[in-house]
Amino acid sequence: MSKLDKYLRTDQMPHFACPGCTHGTAWAAMIRSIEQLGLDKNKTVMVCAIGCAGRLPVYLDFPSIRTPHGRALSYATGVKLANPDLNVIVFMGDGDASAIGGNHLIHTARRNLDITAIVATNEIYGMTGGQYAPTTEGGRFASTAPFGMIENQLDVCKLVEGAGASFVGRGDVYHVRELKDLIASAITHKGFSLVEVFTTCPTHFGRRNNMKKPSVLVEHLKNLTVSKKQAEKMTEEEVAGKLLRGILLKEERPEYVETYDRLAGFKEEGESV
Amino acid sequence: MKDKVLMQGNQAVAEGALAAGVKFCAGYPITPSTEVIEILAKKLPSHGGRFIQMEDELASIGAIIGASAAGKKSITATSGPGFSLMQENLGYAAMVEVPIVIYNAQRVGPSTGGATKPHQADIMQTKWGSHGDSPRIALMPGSVKEAYEITIKAFNFSEKYMVPVVILMDELLAHMRESVIIPKKEELEVINRRTDVAPQAEYLPYRMDETGIPVLPPLGGGYRYNISGMIHGENGIPDLSPETIDACVRRINSKLDKYYDDIVIVENEKNESAKIALFVFGSTTRPAKGAIKKAKKAGIEVELIRPITIWPFPEKEVREVAERMDKIIVAEMNLGQTAGLVRQAIEGKAEVVQLNRVDSGHISVDDLYHKILEISS
Repeated sequence: MSKLDKYLRTDQMPHFACPGCTHGTAWAAMIRSIEQLGLDKNKTVMVCAIGCAGRLPVYLDFPSIRTPHGRALSYATGVKLANPDLNVIVFMGDGDASAIGGNHLIHTARRNLDITAIVATNEIYGMTGGQYAPTTEGGRFASTAPFGMIENQLDVCKLVEGAGASFVGRGDVYHVRELKDLIASAITHKGFSLVEVFTTCPTHFGRRNNMKKPSVLVEHLKNLTVSKKQAEKMTEEEVAGKLLRGILLKEERPEYVETYDRLAGFKEEGESV
Repeated sequence: MKDKVLMQGNQAVAEGALAAGVKFCAGYPITPSTEVIEILAKKLPSHGGRFIQMEDELASIGAIIGASAAGKKSITATSGPGFSLMQENLGYAAMVEVPIVIYNAQRVGPSTGGATKPHQADIMQTKWGSHGDSPRIALMPGSVKEAYEITIKAFNFSEKYMVPVVILMDELLAHMRESVIIPKKEELEVINRRTDVAPQAEYLPYRMDETGIPVLPPLGGGYRYNISGMIHGENGIPDLSPETIDACVRRINSKLDKYYDDIVIVENEKNESAKIALFVFGSTTRPAKGAIKKAKKAGIEVELIRPITIWPFPEKEVREVAERMDKIIVAEMNLGQTAGLVRQAIEGKAEVVQLNRVDSGHISVDDLYHKILEISS
């Protein structure tokens, strides 16, 4: 029994994640933020797609929809427009969100629809056995990058910021307390919010990159990120190569459905003018 | 709205959708279907619905499945290339049994083909374009007036049988204008999906009652269950045991069987003196009637068989006609997609004569008349 059991489909346990996987840590942070905000389970729809991260809703006692690979945000858009009163949370892996679903990520961010997207970045396709992702760091090894990753690494946060998201945050599973608050801020934010959570995959990423031990990978994350506050006190050289943690962007901008309903004079059927 | 309105085919689809109670449309511009999204973009907000233009067709169909899962009647409109992009999600909607309506104004293919010209060559794609075996209903109206009525029917079937329904028209009909008498609201039959379910504690989304059709309350409407494109059992949770896979695939693919007579609509005027039947659909309906009249004047009797429902394929009706005929002319604007289906259905009971036109011109009265003369001599 855990404190979070009331949010889980406990009859579906044990879960499928590999030993040492930290997706669960990101999931738990999200559930804790939901608990902290006191969101109504019945009014909070979980959307996800395919991959290790995409399996989440199966274990959560929420209304949930698991879509084809890459399409979670497009389905979430429909759910939100059908019923804007719902909290819509989309949990995706990095490949799901930024490769096959990259176009939806750009445009959902651009529209500023009030949806929260959580992207678990572990730099690898775990479910299919360790292929490189757009987020894989240059030089890292993967089953499809046997000579090292050649492509440029995608910065998911910069991408959605450039696309017009009004809330962008980054966290990692080592700094787990920060993570809960970060996700809670994202959910509370009116407009499209994205939180990229760096997680670890010892089975496929660690094993191929000399970090087989789960704790070594988490240690790697600890050193990889630096909080926005800390970074302000550091020199440019010290910050170079580090990923900033925390709320990277937060702006109040008109939310899509509110603007749509106002401009289009939307009214529910039967509602008088 | 006035009772009698001059309307374009695409407009009839949009107006039919509104009459059926559509509350959400997501679309991506593509000729020759775009008028549908333009009209719905303008009219939906005053009908209690919302429209959104998505970034591509994958997103359009994704959004309508999401909106329908949240309880709103939803439609998207597209043409060949966009319909190709929708295939994965179309199979998903069939698998998870969330009702959607897709309007496909068929244009010249393959590939980019010709945007402003008609073909009728997406018939096989409609049924088999997505991977795996999965059910759908496809309807092919034969006039603008019918486009209005059939669009309402499409929503009704979709809601009643929890299945994706494709309205297949062609560019010719999509852009044709004719006057349509709009029925009064109270004369329309509008069906909404069931929402009568057991309390949450006993509720299983894919546990069937005697109807064999699942009852899925709106996501976020108080019920917590999982919708998943993975093979699932009664509880909606992924389960890859061979028994569940077998049961899931067989159940979704046979659920429409017992409703065949409700779903399959054909126009067939029996003609006991005819030994030739004409099998046509969509925009070829009128030329076919013209050709039959012309043949009659020349002393040749021809019977019309016109499927409005193309999926499930009206095998029973076609076979019945074939049993009384020597020859069936199958005329279509493709290289023989339904001719094969007709052959399969009639099992050699009559000779199938193909008339295929793929130059983007419509199949004319004369095309059909000459074919009738040719095979009757």
